[in-house]
Amino acid sequence: MNKRLVAFDKIGISFDGRVLLENIEMTISEGEIVTLIGPNGSGKSTLIRTLLGLQEATSGEIVRHKTLRIGYMPQKLHIDPTLPLTVKHFLALVRGVDKQQILPTLEKLGIGHLLRSQVHVLSGGETQRVLLARALLNRPNLLVLDEPVQGVDVNGQVELYNLIENIRNELNCGVLMVSHDLHLVMAKTDTVVCVNQHVCCSGSPQHVTGHPAYQALFGVPGADESIAIYAHQHDHVHDDHGGILSGKDDDAHANCKHH
Amino acid sequence: MLDLLLRALLGGLGVASVAGPLGAFVVWRRMAYFGDTLAHSALLGVALGFLLDINLNLAIIVLCVGLALVLVTLQKKHIIATDTLLGILAHSALSLGLVAVSFLDNIRIDLMAYLFGDLLAISQVDVYWIYGGGLAVIALLVTFWKPLLAVTVNEELAKVEGYPVEAIRLLLMLLVALVIAVAMKIVGVLLITSLMIIPAATARKLSSTPVQMASFASLIGCLSVCGGLWASYRWDTPTGPSVVVCAALLFLIAYTLPFKRLR
Repeated sequence: MNKRLVAFDKIGISFDGRVLLENIEMTISEGEIVTLIGPNGSGKSTLIRTLLGLQEATSGEIVRHKTLRIGYMPQKLHIDPTLPLTVKHFLALVRGVDKQQILPTLEKLGIGHLLRSQVHVLSGGETQRVLLARALLNRPNLLVLDEPVQGVDVNGQVELYNLIENIRNELNCGVLMVSHDLHLVMAKTDTVVCVNQHVCCSGSPQHVTGHPAYQALFGVPGADESIAIYAHQHDHVHDDHGGILSGKDDDAHANCKHH
Repeated sequence: MLDLLLRALLGGLGVASVAGPLGAFVVWRRMAYFGDTLAHSALLGVALGFLLDINLNLAIIVLCVGLALVLVTLQKKHIIATDTLLGILAHSALSLGLVAVSFLDNIRIDLMAYLFGDLLAISQVDVYWIYGGGLAVIALLVTFWKPLLAVTVNEELAKVEGYPVEAIRLLLMLLVALVIAVAMKIVGVLLITSLMIIPAATARKLSSTPVQMASFASLIGCLSVCGGLWASYRWDTPTGPSVVVCAALLFLIAYTLPFKRLR
């Protein structure tokens, strides 16, 4: 049985009397991919920052397994342009890093050629991978990824999610992701936790997308245009878990508005 | 005369070597105004040193560190914007210093020397202070280089990876305070920040790693000191401002000529 890495026990956070989060219960185990979704301002990032120790919880407790070691990938990387820094030097800043591991890690993420690049000239997708490399070099058993595909085009997003899944399979680490992308992320996720100040609903992607609380926040799956656009790139349709549905499915194109 | 010049050169080179790498941090972390504030308050340190009859360098360091702590505390409370806060503290500290100096009836202080520096008035003891303080700063920089840089690049990542972020930030302030105390003799309270940031900014054009930028900043600072001293000797110009003018010239040259970055 996979060991439980983190358990949120009735976590509450308020700021100046305003409640950001209340009564959050959630667990993450080894080998499990948990995705936090929720609208902007719903407290997803705050929750993650609490786990990282960047913010104090007002109430409740986070129970961490004694072996917990977090690799954190922030939303974006801002490095002052006056600071000359190559990818290699950026990654060498990881505390207690084994410098021999830097190049292999980059190569695993398909960006070995960036070793000597300046961090300021990287594209969105390259930056995300460098940040992922930094998280991995911390030798984590839990990866915490705050909107890992921000600023990356759709194809790149699919690649990144595949990469994250491969890493999980290889390291058997837990993964906690924040996303407000609903469709791509679902396919790779074991557990979805829908947060809006409190945990609205949680469970497998299919369970959550069928939940009234989820539908109240994000609408009925398939009813919005973006999923129709996504479906259009293929001649088949995915179910919520990424499996391919038969192309003959009567419903397959029912939601496309321009047919 | 030669003895005097040699001592001035020694002192100046010592200060420039330390101010370079620390200036790089000041530039990276956008602490220029913060440095100014600490520097301005150094005059108050001088006045207090005379009033309480303690070692001036010590008085300056203690005051700068104290002010840095006050600043951090006030900053955390978000009462007003940081730049406003720095402006208030910088100029009140400078004015308070000037007022305090005026109370020192029985001691004559060469105010100009403290404001703009007087490299030629540097004593043997001052040289010891510069090299003692300078070596301490360099030793701390080398020892804590990686955490200092990690915290500068990204505080949150550093914190998650287990660096003691608060302590490192404090260390950096302490180092800035030390350098200001040490550099004050050379370029004076009004010009110290320039000796830190101008060589560092010049070095940026030529470097592709942090270590390169820090070392070039030292080198460029030393060049500026040599140039400034020479000009001062040749045309009898004030030393401190001459050093700064020289640094500014090097900056202009670096950014107008098509220099290639070192790989």
